[in-house]
Amino acid sequence: MPENFFILFKQELWVIAIIFLLLLIKLKSKQLTVNTLLNGINILLLLNFINGFFFNEEGRLFGKMFVTNHLYVFEKNILNLSVLLISLQSTKWLENHKHIIEFYVLLLSSLLGMFLMISSANILMLYVGLELSTIPLAAAANFDLKRKTSGEGAMKLIISSAFSSAILLLGISFLYGCTGTLDFSVINNLLQQQPLHIAAFLLFFVGLLFKVSAVPFHLWTADVYEGSPVAITSFLSVASKSAAIFVILNVLNKMAQPLFITWHTVLIWVALITIIIGNLFAIRQQNLKRLLAFSSIAQVGFILLAVSTNSSAGNASIIYFILIYVLSNLAVFGVITLVSAVLQKETITDYQSFYTNNKFLSWCLCIGFFSLAGVPPTAGFFGKLFLLMSAAQGITYTILAIAALNMVISMYYYLRVVKTIFAKNENSCIEKISIPASNKIALIICVMGVLLTGILSGAYNYIISLQ
Amino acid sequence: MTVGLTHIIVVSTVLFFIGMYGLFTRRNMITMLMSIELMLNSVNINFVAFNKYLYPDKMDGIFFSIFIIAIAAAEAAVAIAIIINLYRTHKSIDVDDVTDLKQ
Repeated sequence: MPENFFILFKQELWVIAIIFLLLLIKLKSKQLTVNTLLNGINILLLLNFINGFFFNEEGRLFGKMFVTNHLYVFEKNILNLSVLLISLQSTKWLENHKHIIEFYVLLLSSLLGMFLMISSANILMLYVGLELSTIPLAAAANFDLKRKTSGEGAMKLIISSAFSSAILLLGISFLYGCTGTLDFSVINNLLQQQPLHIAAFLLFFVGLLFKVSAVPFHLWTADVYEGSPVAITSFLSVASKSAAIFVILNVLNKMAQPLFITWHTVLIWVALITIIIGNLFAIRQQNLKRLLAFSSIAQVGFILLAVSTNSSAGNASIIYFILIYVLSNLAVFGVITLVSAVLQKETITDYQSFYTNNKFLSWCLCIGFFSLAGVPPTAGFFGKLFLLMSAAQGITYTILAIAALNMVISMYYYLRVVKTIFAKNENSCIEKISIPASNKIALIICVMGVLLTGILSGAYNYIISLQ
Repeated sequence: MTVGLTHIIVVSTVLFFIGMYGLFTRRNMITMLMSIELMLNSVNINFVAFNKYLYPDKMDGIFFSIFIIAIAAAEAAVAIAIIINLYRTHKSIDVDDVTDLKQ
């Protein structure tokens, strides 16, 4: 064991320590009130987030299976931030739930899996991390045990993720057959433009595309998002998706450079279909969670367009976009979680003249949607701008124009929700919702993040300096 | 005739597609789960065969198949727990009866 083991592995160790602490508290939880427990867990998660900023080093562990550097630490910090915000937002929902600790244990196990798969330099580690990040999420999606749709969503998630991991494993087994190793850098040296190598890599890649729900493999997304509790939906659409994108970046850069021409072509077509189908299906959705499911599919399409260029500027713009996507999506989900926990209302028509009684929540929702649509004062505009500018270096202008036109279509369904919120309607009107302190803090962090990351360019330069 | 790598790859590929066929045609959730196990096991055969015939001095393939077995067990445990809960809410484990979410 190297002497800096505890420094290199510290973020994972913190998550493991919190999981074990929660399991121990579970044995004695009769003595704790719900509020003490929730506040305690939020403080632990805050410490976990702060921990990522100090004493970072670069190095390898476990026989070069686990790699860490400043970029990976930054990616893990984004995931930590999203878990902290989701936890702050879901307090209102968890207050009435019997199984608070189980919820956090499942969520943090999944987070641990994401950390391991981001840091992996070996396919075995990647596979273990991938499964550790999806299996607990399926259990968590079934968290409203009495509700029928929750069970259905969880069933669809576990069946489709098991199927996708079977395809991923078939690809891995043929990659192993071709190269005789599981190490990323060695595979990178041995891969060639041969039919068997290409087929094996594509099977492996399809397994990863399942996780980000790119279009031919997106069929599970909308049902799972609608069925799960809102807190899990936001975790799925924010943390799980961004972790899968980080892994795809890592795999393509470290393992598949000889097959660049293959995956460049595949990614452009997948990205185009993803953007178009995601947008067209989002237009006709009435349920907000389904709308956000298809909108997240469309956003992944834009990210994949930039992934296809394989440049370091492109990678920086992708990570910057994901940071903004996390903040703006959580601003939207923060409001939806609260409304759903208090009133059990989730369709767009329920939000008619929401502004009349809930000024603060309406502005949060509005800024979140503006940022997702990419309207200039918010950070979403700069995220999309950098994304498309870096994509322009590798693809033709026709494809870029189609992507840009789709941004206009996406304006339609985002702004339709904003219009519903602000339009005056005296008949049906949601009553005033009292906002707990933790939700308020989370929403303010998201909104300030969305507004400030757009104005201060420091974040983008910081990400470029990390590479 | 000795058994070569090709024979084993043919068996495992056939097994994989039997599993895929079962997953897409069967409507019973337990059978679907069994089909997925079939697909995972065919991958295990692949790994062990590649390890034995092509890279006899390495251990990666054998270790990978052990990990797949362990993770498949964990996956099956969670899936069966979800199916039991579905039976409690829907009184059925047929996929066609579980269609509350609209397409």
